[in-house]
Amino acid sequence: MDTMRDRFISTTSRLLDDDPRLALVLAEISRDGFQQAERRHPDRVINVGIREQLMIGVGGGLALTGMRPVMHTFASFLVERPFEQVKLDFGHQGVSGVLVSAGASYDWPAGGFTHMSPGDVALLDTLDGWTVHVPGHPDEAEALLRRAVAGDDLVYVRLSLQSNASARPVSPGFTTLREGRDGVVVAVGPMLDNVLAATEGLDVTLLYATTVRPFDAEALRRAVDGARADVVLVEPYLAGTSTTAANDALAETPHRVLGLGVSRRELRTYGSMEEHLRGQGLAPAALRERVTAFLDH
Amino acid sequence: MTNTADRHDVAGTADALDPRDPGPDLDRLQRLMGLMTGDEKHSPAATSTLDALWVLYDRVLRVSPESFGDRGRDRFLLSKGHGPMAYYAVLAAKGFFPEKLLTGFGSYDSPLGHHPDRTLVPGAEIGSGSLGHGLPLAVGSVLGLRAQGLTDPRVWVLIGDAELDEGSNHEALAYAGPAGLEQLHTLVIDNSSATYGWPGGIASRFEAAGWSAETVDGRDHEALYAAFTAPHPGRPRAVVARVEPKSA
Repeated sequence: MDTMRDRFISTTSRLLDDDPRLALVLAEISRDGFQQAERRHPDRVINVGIREQLMIGVGGGLALTGMRPVMHTFASFLVERPFEQVKLDFGHQGVSGVLVSAGASYDWPAGGFTHMSPGDVALLDTLDGWTVHVPGHPDEAEALLRRAVAGDDLVYVRLSLQSNASARPVSPGFTTLREGRDGVVVAVGPMLDNVLAATEGLDVTLLYATTVRPFDAEALRRAVDGARADVVLVEPYLAGTSTTAANDALAETPHRVLGLGVSRRELRTYGSMEEHLRGQGLAPAALRERVTAFLDH
Repeated sequence: MTNTADRHDVAGTADALDPRDPGPDLDRLQRLMGLMTGDEKHSPAATSTLDALWVLYDRVLRVSPESFGDRGRDRFLLSKGHGPMAYYAVLAAKGFFPEKLLTGFGSYDSPLGHHPDRTLVPGAEIGSGSLGHGLPLAVGSVLGLRAQGLTDPRVWVLIGDAELDEGSNHEALAYAGPAGLEQLHTLVIDNSSATYGWPGGIASRFEAAGWSAETVDGRDHEALYAAFTAPHPGRPRAVVARVEPKSA
């Protein structure tokens, strides 16, 4: 199976053939994968070198002339490092584009904290108008990418090496996978398989989200109509990133929210993604413990 | 007359022999600035960009209120958004918006802030204020025009000598030279306001990155015009316009 990043490369290469409005801006990362596309579209596959502020500024400039820019590198260098460019060269200018990241929160643990970006979605939450897609499978990544490129809005697509075993149809809102009475669990993107394993046999409603912004408040309200209003969010980035959105969705209902995800504290360990999921308490056994402790409380 | 070659011919002959008196234009612009500041005359710091902006809008840029929506227009990006009175005065003088808007400068309902917002100011290509954003946006604009087969429009960006401190500019200028972005033009207004200066000169930074660069007197309209219209095949162009030191 190809990775989400492989699928990004193959899908974007095809879209560049079909859509003359599309331009891709790179800062060396993934350049090898786009060699053919760069040869076919030298004016629209633009590698600016290891210059992330420039990459975002160039994207904004392309958008000012009517192009649809896609900008891509590791999440830490796409969202965190040039964050002011993201804020001013897109939203403030009144233009749009698509950010596509790789690396996520713990894709390359041996690379250490410099290549981890658990705070990317929370950072974008400080800005207006960003749609955030967190696919859980390469097929979902392709569908969401195609949607993002075809649109006219500000979109962040967060790709990861972490993937669920099978793809599900992507929907702009949350999908109900199971209904129960004791609470509601929202699994975001690649956290789904661990959440499925962790909640096996529990009488909970399970929602699946591949688009977290806008947050599907309506789906959460519907879910707590049929279940106790105890909500657990399981996100593959900073814990609690969507807690505010969930609280806002349930402002009229007495409720509790537990936000699970990646901690602020650096683990300062290397190793594998599996080890980091365990270290973050996001492997199935720990997840089950945390979910049941919260629901039993 | 919009033909490039014609303009260069004019620069080399008639205008050079018979320089236009910039006095009346500058008096009018000072009066328009006065609608914002309440002053009759303005300090060299407040007018550091005024002469270069006027020469650009009056004689070089192929953009007008009527053509502002055209894909093929020249673009001027004010990156140094601080002290935009001269810019607003020039836009008003060229009819992008009525003079009466100037009196509201900085007030709650005015489109004219102390830093320009492109979604509010008629004629403004970018919003600026935070330094170091214009040059990368200009690079992207050139790439976008080129990708759409629009190789005629020129993109100009104005930065300050102290703004050049921002590293984002150096990312952009180091890329634009080797990329051969001939449609790109950077105007650096140098009023010696960078704390650490630029030993070796500002132009040398651009030249080392493969740009065509020239340093001129930022108050001399004919010198500015000649520098703005000099050919620079295959390379981006930087014009460093030196004016009175800010601290003088």
